[in-house]
Amino acid sequence: MASLNHYLILSGVIFTIGVAGVFLRRNLITILLSIEVMLNAVNLSFIAFGHFQGSADGQIIVFFVITVAAAEAAVGLALVISLFRHVETLNPDAFRQLRG
Amino acid sequence: MESSLAFFYVFAAVAVVSTLLVIAQPNPIYSVLLLITSFMALAGLYVLLDAPFVAVTQIIVYAGAIMVLFLFVVMLLNVAQEETVSEAEAASAGASSGAARGFGALLAIAMALELIWALNRSRGIGTAASVAGVTRQSWSVADIGRTLFTNYAFAFEATSVLILVAMIGSITLAGRHLAEKKPWRR
Repeated sequence: MASLNHYLILSGVIFTIGVAGVFLRRNLITILLSIEVMLNAVNLSFIAFGHFQGSADGQIIVFFVITVAAAEAAVGLALVISLFRHVETLNPDAFRQLRG
Repeated sequence: MESSLAFFYVFAAVAVVSTLLVIAQPNPIYSVLLLITSFMALAGLYVLLDAPFVAVTQIIVYAGAIMVLFLFVVMLLNVAQEETVSEAEAASAGASSGAARGFGALLAIAMALELIWALNRSRGIGTAASVAGVTRQSWSVADIGRTLFTNYAFAFEATSVLILVAMIGSITLAGRHLAEKKPWRR
């Protein structure tokens, strides 16, 4: 039987990979995917805590996180599409005219 | 109990390796497919944690809907490589799309098998919980629904407003005809 520590370490590892993806990659879609990876790492720790505490609250919070992730993906991808129409690239370094 | 630990290590290894490959892939289509693999491994972990309903939701909603939205945008924008596209990579693009199709078929079969496994477990949980009644570790769909619509009713309604806002926002941002016509500037 895997203990709570197993799940928390796994969640931390996956979250770290997601953070590394946000900072290392120069592609807007891969950056959005890395955000999804981080959200899933957090979901895993919610479910693990809920399971080992014997409560259903962890699972319910995961449903809300999934809903927010869907909203975030829809708006983020709409932004990516409208940015791509202007500059024809997905490299975030190309969007320097957004600087004040 | 030992088989449960073995399952944990298998799913954890699949999740970590496929997530690492998501970050390492230059091609966004492969990144999305590998992320679906990682989500399936996480869904397996949810089944091990006695949350089969969340596992099914993860597969149907996350891997089935949100990732398909990503895949749709990747194919719509049609940017295969990150920055530098060499001639050899452009030539091998046809072969790689065939490999992606095979990988996608494999993923679909694995997803169907995992859904059946999770649903089997959730049926066992529902009957066991209603029979035993005491010291139950796992939660049936009815329990989750009851908690969601009583304790978390306000958060549920707020989430529905959030989805409405996201829908209007993404239509406004990505809709080309709206930006060109500008009906409010008559």
